[in-house]
Amino acid sequence: MNPLLSVEHLTMRFGGLVAVDNVSFDAPATSITAVIGPNGAGKTTVFNCLTGFYKPTSGCMRLRHPAHSEFLLERMEGHAIPAKAGVARTFQNIRLFPGMSVLENLLVAQHNVLMRASGYTIGALLGVGGYAAAERRAIDRARYWLERVRLTDRADADAGSLPYGAQRRLEIVRAMCTGPVMLCLDEPAAGLNPRESAELNELLTVIRDEHRVTLLLIEHDMSVVMEISDHIVVLDYGRKISEGPPAAVRNDPKVIRAYLGEEMEEDEEARP
Amino acid sequence: MRARAAAPPSVDWARALKDAGLVAGIVVLLAIALAGFRIQDESGGPPLAYRFNDVVAAALIAFLGRLGIAALRAQRAVPVLAGALVFAIALSGVLVFGADEQLLPFQSTVLNGTIALAAWMLSARAAWLVWHAASETSTEVREARMDRLSAQVQKLAWWVGPLLLGLAVALPFLPWADRRLLDIATLVVTYIMLGWGLNIVVGLAGLLDLGYVAFYAVGAYSYALLALHFDLGFWVCLPFAGIMAAFAGILLGFPVLRLRGDYLAIVTLGFGEIVRIILLNWYAFTKGPDGLSGIPRPTFFGLPIAREAPEGGHSFHSFFGLEYSPVDRIIFLYYLALALALLTNLVTLRIRRLPVGRAWEALREDEIACRSLGVHPRNTKLTAFAIGAMFGGFGGSFFATRQGFISPESFTFLESAIILAIVVLGGMGSQIGVVLAAILLIGLPEVFRELNQYRMLAFGLAMVAIMAWRPRGLLAHREPTVRLYHGPPDASDGGPRA
Repeated sequence: MNPLLSVEHLTMRFGGLVAVDNVSFDAPATSITAVIGPNGAGKTTVFNCLTGFYKPTSGCMRLRHPAHSEFLLERMEGHAIPAKAGVARTFQNIRLFPGMSVLENLLVAQHNVLMRASGYTIGALLGVGGYAAAERRAIDRARYWLERVRLTDRADADAGSLPYGAQRRLEIVRAMCTGPVMLCLDEPAAGLNPRESAELNELLTVIRDEHRVTLLLIEHDMSVVMEISDHIVVLDYGRKISEGPPAAVRNDPKVIRAYLGEEMEEDEEARP
Repeated sequence: MRARAAAPPSVDWARALKDAGLVAGIVVLLAIALAGFRIQDESGGPPLAYRFNDVVAAALIAFLGRLGIAALRAQRAVPVLAGALVFAIALSGVLVFGADEQLLPFQSTVLNGTIALAAWMLSARAAWLVWHAASETSTEVREARMDRLSAQVQKLAWWVGPLLLGLAVALPFLPWADRRLLDIATLVVTYIMLGWGLNIVVGLAGLLDLGYVAFYAVGAYSYALLALHFDLGFWVCLPFAGIMAAFAGILLGFPVLRLRGDYLAIVTLGFGEIVRIILLNWYAFTKGPDGLSGIPRPTFFGLPIAREAPEGGHSFHSFFGLEYSPVDRIIFLYYLALALALLTNLVTLRIRRLPVGRAWEALREDEIACRSLGVHPRNTKLTAFAIGAMFGGFGGSFFATRQGFISPESFTFLESAIILAIVVLGGMGSQIGVVLAAILLIGLPEVFRELNQYRMLAFGLAMVAIMAWRPRGLLAHREPTVRLYHGPPDASDGGPRA
């Protein structure tokens, strides 16, 4: 399969600390790639490099956009990565606009489309150009996603007043409203109950299959990871220790060692 | 809290007395410094007069008031009601019927009136407690209640706004509208406009700008210099002044907008001072501390509003065949300020519903999330800065044309602080809150003019009171800029507000 994203020899140093050490992996197009690993393995750092929040010390992140040519993400500015290359993300600790309504959150996500439609404000202020129609289209798109995650009836409530699970779902569909080709989810199942996790799995498969979006997710919840991912990358201490389909990774002794400690060398260390 | 109503708790009198004594002590210290001495101008007499009566009166009132509040907190409402009511009635009676002035605690009517008002409020609160046993509410409940109240006020804004506008338009023709009132009204409207301009930067985009007066100064000097050197009229210069101020905003914004919060505030404060000091020292260009005088007055579509018509032309009153009256110009300036303020308001209300306005608010809420959604943080902030600065520039031009004379003294940090206070007290982002706060903050010191230099205390008092009771501003309720459901707001807005 043709990879949408190729990460090549990515290294990120913070002073003397090497958070990500020469990591390379591919994310196949329209599939779900999970990045897993123990705490502090450098998963979020990889995400932050991919989405422009960090400039990697070295390495290359190649995104083969279906409609454009290739983007080298490490050379792009943070806000241009979602706007041009079509890489959207969510955050480990939810980052909504809590004081704005749910619908407004989804409209901010369509900022660049709406900005062009409003003639960079000047046109819409003078009442020329088709801003009203563009806004209706944007609202329709938002409505579609709100229906998908059953938040339509809360559309006009403050985003900050939603329950936790709903906030998670809203953050994901907000990222989808940017019209991405790749969606990076940082622990989307954290803090969700089993029923909500199952719903999340369903939403993510819909995003992959119906919207043809490539998903990259960091997750600790193995029920989510093993059930829906097509491809798994395992990081430990900033290095890639394993990669492959779920069944192979699950039985990889290096992965088991990373999660459960050194294997049975001494009884005390056997416990996780 | 409500359970306490059944059995009033025993009052810890020792603690209440100690607390009241402490408050009285603080009042004594403050009052000795502020009001205890008075420097006398008359020659021959002693240079200092003592007003210890006032100090004692202030301390006594503070002591009793504090004791009353403590008793109220302990659900002993009846004695407080009796005491406060007697005091309020007595004081108001003396004030209204002008009996022996020796009975009044202070010499100033405004102060006496304020004390009487406080006594009335205390008795009202006590009466409320007597009838509704125990309404001691927690802060959250009160916050929620106030939020609902301001939501209602915002809903009322649909007709309060036009009503206020109608009042503002009709003001010059009201029977009691004299020159002084119109002058104050013009001043208030100017500050409302500046407040609305700064509201874009602080309220919507969440960028704490302590140097807004710099843009005001740039606008004023742009107009004055263009008019004096190139002989251009007000209406030609107005857009230029706005553009210059916006340009100054962009110039400042480029390097500093990567800073956040306090750091941004400090840099903008510095920028405000830099502009003032440049104006003060660049003598060849700005005439420094001498200021610029002879700034032309605005015309009404080319008709000057003056007694004498220009050579071979008309003036406003001769063109329309009216009697000349000196108040015409005041009225015209008032309407000019009102028009500029309305322009600011209309543009702000419109922009709030456009993508750029939503992006400003989103930036205020979470800048990192904005970046992850492809919103360009710097450009978006720059537009907020530039548009806010532009309205500051318009305000500055108006100031210059109204005064006819400008000097750097008019653009001190205090102006920035007042405009910012208007925005913050009004409730950040609330347009009608700005109107309310401007009337309070600009109008109140005019009412308290009798207190001379201490009238700024009224200003401070208003600030402290609002910060204590309404930390998010008077009207801090935000309506979404777009709704999925167009029904009544509260039907769909089911978010719990606890």
